[in-house]
Amino acid sequence: MSPSQEASADAAGIPVTLTVNGTTHRLTVQPTAVLLDVLRERLQLTGTKKGCDHGQCGACTVILDGRRVNSCMVLAAMKDGSSVTTIEGLAEDGRLHPMQQAFIEHDAFQCGYCTPGQIMSAVALLEEGRANTVEEIREYMSGNLCRCGAYVNIVAAIQQVLATGRRSATP
Amino acid sequence: MPNPEAYVGRPTSRVDGPAKVTGAARYAAEYFAPDLAYGVVVSSAIARGRITAIDTAAALAVPGVIHVFTHENRPRTAWLDYNYRDEVAPPGSPFRPLHGPEIQFSGQPVALVVAESFEAAGYAASLVKVEYEAAGHVTDLEVKRHEAYVPKKKRAGVKPPPEPRGDPEGAFGAAPVHVDGDYTHAIEHHNPMEPHASTVVWEGDGKLTIYDKVQGSQNSQKYVASVFGLNADDVRVVNAYVGGAFGSGLRPQYQLFLAVMAALELKRSVRVVLTRDQMFTFTHRPHALQTIRLGADEEGRLMSVRHDVVQSTSQFEDYQENIVNWSGLMYRCDNVALTHKLAQIDTYTPGDMRAPGATTGVFALEIAMDELAERVGIDPVELRLRNYAEKDQDENKEFTSKELRECYRIGAERFGWSRRNPAPRSMRDGRELVGWGMATGCWEAYFQKTSARARLAAGGELEIATASSDIGTGTYTILAQLAADDLGVPIERVAVRIGDSSLPASPIEGGSWTAASAGAAVQAACGAVREKLLGLARSIDGSPLANAGIEHVAFRDGRIELAGDPERFVTLADAMQAGGVEHVEAEETVSPDILTSMRYSMYTHSAIFAEVKVDEELGIIRVTRIVNAVAAGRILNPKTARSQVLGGIVMGVGMALEEESMLDHNLGRFMNHNFAEYHVPVNADIHDIDVIFVPEHDDKANPLGVKGLGEIGIVGTAAAIANAIYHATGKRIRALPITPDKLL
Ligand code: FES
Ligand code: FES
Repeated sequence: MSPSQEASADAAGIPVTLTVNGTTHRLTVQPTAVLLDVLRERLQLTGTKKGCDHGQCGACTVILDGRRVNSCMVLAAMKDGSSVTTIEGLAEDGRLHPMQQAFIEHDAFQCGYCTPGQIMSAVALLEEGRANTVEEIREYMSGNLCRCGAYVNIVAAIQQVLATGRRSATP
Repeated sequence: MPNPEAYVGRPTSRVDGPAKVTGAARYAAEYFAPDLAYGVVVSSAIARGRITAIDTAAALAVPGVIHVFTHENRPRTAWLDYNYRDEVAPPGSPFRPLHGPEIQFSGQPVALVVAESFEAAGYAASLVKVEYEAAGHVTDLEVKRHEAYVPKKKRAGVKPPPEPRGDPEGAFGAAPVHVDGDYTHAIEHHNPMEPHASTVVWEGDGKLTIYDKVQGSQNSQKYVASVFGLNADDVRVVNAYVGGAFGSGLRPQYQLFLAVMAALELKRSVRVVLTRDQMFTFTHRPHALQTIRLGADEEGRLMSVRHDVVQSTSQFEDYQENIVNWSGLMYRCDNVALTHKLAQIDTYTPGDMRAPGATTGVFALEIAMDELAERVGIDPVELRLRNYAEKDQDENKEFTSKELRECYRIGAERFGWSRRNPAPRSMRDGRELVGWGMATGCWEAYFQKTSARARLAAGGELEIATASSDIGTGTYTILAQLAADDLGVPIERVAVRIGDSSLPASPIEGGSWTAASAGAAVQAACGAVREKLLGLARSIDGSPLANAGIEHVAFRDGRIELAGDPERFVTLADAMQAGGVEHVEAEETVSPDILTSMRYSMYTHSAIFAEVKVDEELGIIRVTRIVNAVAAGRILNPKTARSQVLGGIVMGVGMALEEESMLDHNLGRFMNHNFAEYHVPVNADIHDIDVIFVPEHDDKANPLGVKGLGEIGIVGTAAAIANAIYHATGKRIRALPITPDKLL
C-alpha cells in the first residue's frame, strides 16, 4: 500500500479493528469501504473474490463472527471488533480442510474463481447442520454462482464431507 | 516405444487444485505494486451520438483523485486501424477507447478516473458530468433485417457458407414432407465470474508487466505494443489464472487499453476492474434470425436443406461466425443452400462465445429435425441414423473419425430412450408433465501452430513452458500428465509454466484446440529431450544402451530402460553427468499438416438426451436428467474432460431456459446487466448429468488424437431441452430462452 493511499484513507477515515484468520489488524477505512475491498486491497487477501459487488453471486463469501456473509455487502466501518475467516484461513498448519480436499478430489471447479466462495459457503452450511439431502445442498448452495458449471461436482464434494462427518470448520 | 501412460488417460486431479482451493491462485486484479493506483470507468448513457461536454471538476476535487482521462485529454496512441487489430479481430475498425466524442454503443467508456484508492475512484467516477447529443440508434435486429448484407471481407479462420449444391428449391418443391420454421435465441453475455481486469505494473524505463484477464497473453502483448508504440520486449503480459472467459477474453478488452494508457501517462502502476454491469458493455453472443426449410421423403430422408441466417454485428466491425455450415455437414443431403448475412445494430461488436456459431445454428437445425421426425412419424434417433453423413458434403471430404452412431446407441441406452412414448403429453410424474428429447452436437476439431519448451534438470525436476492459457479447462494438468509420461518422471516433479507472453509462442486459448495443440507441442519438446538424453546415455563407456534407438527404450522412474529388459538401464542423472550437463532442454513447434486438412474434415460429435418436467400451471420447467455421449477422440484426463462437458451442458441449460440479455430498444441499452436479472443456472437448476466418452480412435486429426472438449458440451443441449419440452407439453417453442411465459 502506498503511503499516500494510507493518507487519503486517513483523511476521511474511521478506525476499525478486524481479526482476520486469527491476526488482528488495526485499520483506518473510508466510510464507504466494504469488507470485501478491505480484505482484497488493503490486507491483500485476494482469495476472497469479487464477482458482482452486489450481493448476487456469492464469490465474496466469508465467515463473519460465525456466520456466512457476502462481504461485498458489509461496510467495514460497521464491523469494528469483528472476526473474519477467509479461504486463506481454512487450512490448518498447511493441511487442507476436508472441504478443500473434497473439492479437489471431485473436480468441483474449473477456473477456480467462484471456488473460495463455494467452499466458505459449504463449510458454513455443514456447520449449521442444515444441508442433509442433495436437494437441500442444491438449494442452500444456490447463492453461489459458478459460471463454469461445476455444480454436480460441488454437490458431490459436499456430500462426501457430509458423509464422513468431517464438519469441524471455522477455527 | 509407446509411453507407459502412467498419467495420461487417468482421472488425475488438477495440479492447480491446491492453489485454487486455498485462495493462493492469483487472477488479473490480484497483483500489487507499491505505487498502485485504481482506475474506475465511466460509461456512456446513450447508445449513439456524441459527447458535447464533459465536466470533471467535481471528480478531480475528490481527495485522492489523481487524474481523469477523457477523449479531450487522452494521450496519443496509434493512428491506423491496423494497429488496433488483435489476433482474432473481425474485419473492420476496432473500437478505440476515448478516441473522440462519438458514441458508438451504450456503456461505451467515456472517462477513466484514477485515484489512490478504489473507493475514491469509484466516488469520483459518479461525479463526472457528461452531456450528450443523442443521434438515432437502432438495436433491434428485426428492424435492420432488410439491410442485411453478405460481408465483403471474410473473417480469418471462419468458414463462409459453402456454395449451394444440387437443386435445393426444386427438391424442396418435390419433397412430400416439409418443415419450415423461424428460429431465434436471445443475445447472451459470457459473464465469467471474474470481471475483466488489468493490473499494469510500471517497472520503470517504459517497461510494463501486465496482469490481464485474457485468453492469450501474447495477443494482449502484441496489441499493447502496437497501440502504444512500445517495443514488444518491454511488455510482458501474464494470465497465469483466468477466472473463466468462454470467449470474452479472446480479444483484449477496453480495460486493458485504459489501464495501460493511464500507467504510461502517470508513470505508475494502475489497476482497472470492470463492474458486473460493465461486463454487459462489450462482447456477446450475437442475435440471429434463422430460417430453416427441410424437405424430406416419406421415410424422413432429407431431399432439401435450406438454412438462412441474419446475424447482428456492430456498426464498426463485421463479426462473423459459422452458423449455417453445420446444416450442410451434419446430415446427408444432395440439395443444400446455406446463407449467412450480417446486419448492423448499435451495440459493441459481438464475439465468440462458447461454440460460436454452432451453438446458434445447431440449436435451430436440431429442433427442425425433431419437427421432421414427428411429421414423418419416426423416432428422432432413427431419423438421424437414416440421414447419417458418412462424409462432409460441405467440403467433399472424408472425416478423420466419426463415432456418432455409437454416441446415439450408447447415449440412448444409458438414458432409457427405448421406453419413450412418442406422443407429446403422454408422460407424467404426479402433477408434472414429463418430456424426453434429444439432439446431435458437433464442433470442429482444430489444431493450431504452437511451440513449447521442456527442460529436465539432473535432479529430476521437469519444467514445461508455453504461452498457452488455462481458463479453467485443465491445461496445466494435461500438460503435466503428458510430460510426466513422456519423460518417466512423477507428476509432482513437473512444473508447468503457462500464461505468460515471454514463453514459447502459443495462440489464444479458444476453439477447443489447446489440448491438441499445446499438448502436441509439449510432446514434441519432450521427444526432443528424450533423444538428447538417449544420446548422452549411449555415450557412457560400456553403456547398456549403446546400440539402442529411441524406439528401443522406455523412460520410466527416472531411468532410460531397454524395452523388454528393464534391468538394462541408465539413470537420467547418470546420462546428464556423462554429458557434463546440469539439464537438458529443447523447444519444438508443431503445426497442422496441410495435406491432411486438405483431404479430411475433423469434427467432434455428441448425442444429447434430455428429460424435462413441466408444471403446466406455473410454467416451471426443470431439466431433471441429461445424458451426453461424446466422441472426441482420445481423452487425456477423464476427470477434467468430464468437467468441461458438464460446464458446456450447464451453459446450454442456461441458453435453453434462462439467459437473455434484454435490449431496451428505446434506450439502446441492455437493461438486465446484473446477476439478479440476467439469469445463469444456479446449483438448484442443475440435476443429474451423465457424461459418456465414446471410444474413438483418430490418428489423423493431430499427433495426440484428441479433439477438444471446451465447446461440444453446449452444442445441441438447448435443442435437446426444447425438444423435450415439446414432447412434454405439445408446445413447439422456436425462440430461446423458453421462459415460463412462453408455455402459459
Ligand atoms: S461479489 Fe459479493 S455477492 Fe458477488
Ligand atoms: S469454477 Fe469457474 S466459476 Fe466456478
